[in-house]
Amino acid sequence: MPLDECLPIVNYVLMMQKYSIASLLRHGINNHTSWPKAWRSPPLKESYDVVIIGAGGHGLATAYYLAKEHGVTNIAVVERGWLGGGNIARNTITIRSNYMRDQSIPFYVKSVALYEEMTKELNFNMMHSKRTMIDVIQNYPMMRDRRRRQHIMDIYGSTYKRISEAEVRKRIPALTGGGPGSRLPVIGGMVHTDAGVNRHDAVAWGYARAIDALGGEIHQQTAVESLVRGADGAIEGLQTNRGLIRAKKVAVAVSGHTTTLTETAGLKLPLRTMNLTAFVSEPVKPLVDVIVNCPDAGFYFSQSDKGEMVIGGAPDMGQSFRRDIKQHVFEDTVSAMLSLFPSFKKLKLMRQWGGHLDIAQDASPIMDETDVPGLFVTAGWWGGYKAIPAGGLTLAHLVATGRPHELMKDFTLKRFRHLDYVMETGTTTAR
Amino acid sequence: MMNIPCPFCGPRNEAEFAFGGPVKPRRPDPNATSDDEWADYLTQVPNPLGPVEERWWHVKGCGTWLSIWRDTRTHDIVEGPGNAD
Ligand SMILES: Cc1cc2nc3c(=O)[nH]c(=O)nc-3n(C[C@H](O)[C@H](O)[C@H](O)COP(=O)(O)OP(=O)(O)OC[C@H]3O[C@@H](n4cnc5c(N)ncnc54)[C@H](O)[C@@H]3O)c2cc1C
Ligand SMILES: [Zn+2]
Repeated sequence: MPLDECLPIVNYVLMMQKYSIASLLRHGINNHTSWPKAWRSPPLKESYDVVIIGAGGHGLATAYYLAKEHGVTNIAVVERGWLGGGNIARNTITIRSNYMRDQSIPFYVKSVALYEEMTKELNFNMMHSKRTMIDVIQNYPMMRDRRRRQHIMDIYGSTYKRISEAEVRKRIPALTGGGPGSRLPVIGGMVHTDAGVNRHDAVAWGYARAIDALGGEIHQQTAVESLVRGADGAIEGLQTNRGLIRAKKVAVAVSGHTTTLTETAGLKLPLRTMNLTAFVSEPVKPLVDVIVNCPDAGFYFSQSDKGEMVIGGAPDMGQSFRRDIKQHVFEDTVSAMLSLFPSFKKLKLMRQWGGHLDIAQDASPIMDETDVPGLFVTAGWWGGYKAIPAGGLTLAHLVATGRPHELMKDFTLKRFRHLDYVMETGTTTAR
Repeated sequence: MMNIPCPFCGPRNEAEFAFGGPVKPRRPDPNATSDDEWADYLTQVPNPLGPVEERWWHVKGCGTWLSIWRDTRTHDIVEGPGNAD
């Protein structure tokens, strides 16, 4: 075997390197200079069996499950920027399954379970922290809505439970506002014990390392300019800044940029793109050990391991491809927060940002083969970080077998033809 | 922050407005249209990376409805193609 054919195999074996206490000691002896690269940067080939556009969570998870569950390893994930630099790096990492619809809850229950196993599955520390989410309720209609959700969730083994106002305040001591004299007094709460947070970079890097070890390729700095269809109308490949790549199956996993790309194949999808925002405070001592969600006030936050308060802001009004937070949106979110957490007034805010997400009008995702044979989309991921493992598992199933996975069979494109929506009110946390 | 030009109040802060969605094509006559065209009308939203025509409601001001062209990348209010005469 010539050397250049041997090298990838040698590399592949090295790649199988397990991260463990033993490997830490072994490489420690060499001052950590001997760690192999976590994934390769191989040359771009002219064609693949499957190309996935977008190295965010959904694209990477799909590639991982294609290789692992279906043995499809002649695959490439192409990414315009850098791996894990899209919304997976911009989100507030809330992982939960308190959704509303029969079609949604089992999907998110599965996703949460896969996240909890991910550290073991990928041999990469996800720093998973199953820390519970508490909804702070200030309105009876909201309380009735959440109780209704609880009854539906009970059927599917997700957890949601009502607690008293006193219990809410006991579990969140920093919640000192919303007392009896205020405009919207706190009337109680809902506890979702399945909820947690983890480390978004680890999700992207863990999948990338596993895909690489299984023989898949990741190509960064490779922007898809248009989708290319053959004479029969089916997908034939994609035009990138690095030339044409051929593939009979292409999956679009580009978050807010879905329609921009699918329009190049002559498709119209029922999605609009919005800019969702967030900001973080300076790090402080541990103060809040749950995810706090205040749907009536319109904000949510959790405290990161570093001590920063990670706070979710509102989206821009209207479609938006901006990536920052507008001053008045920011002020509104802050004043809502101070009404319940007056002591946060002393916090200095460090950074703010936004990200492009697309959403269908029923707020449920779209995971389907399009009218262009061989072209798949996974889109409409408004709160789609929590959905990454189940999204990848089920899309890989569809791409590999041509049949939808049981858990996602209702998230079709057809539902818009038949006006058979999956109206989901659990998609947004705080609104 | 956008300064939305209200025909009655002049340019006003966008926080005074409610968003009314992009301007949609005319509602087709349900008796004279195909099922596919009808579904398109109900579900398709213009989602351009660039100028979009949309409706805003001056709800915390004079209460009028108006439409503007806005660039979705910058939120600059821009001249629409139809407005140049
Ligand atoms: C502020 C904020 C807070 C959020 N909070 C939560 C939360 O708490 N919980 C939750 O579940 N979800 C949350 N989300 C939503 C979540 O981040 C997204 O739904 C999810 O990350 C989208 O899937 P992804 O990871 O595959 O997307 P991305 O990481 O955006 O991946 C898409 C990739 O495609 C690439 N791409 C785009 N166009 C092209 C092209 N033409 N060619 C090649 N590559 C291209 C992009 O560069 C990007 O890397 C939040 C989002 C935001 C913005
Ligand atoms: Zn006015």
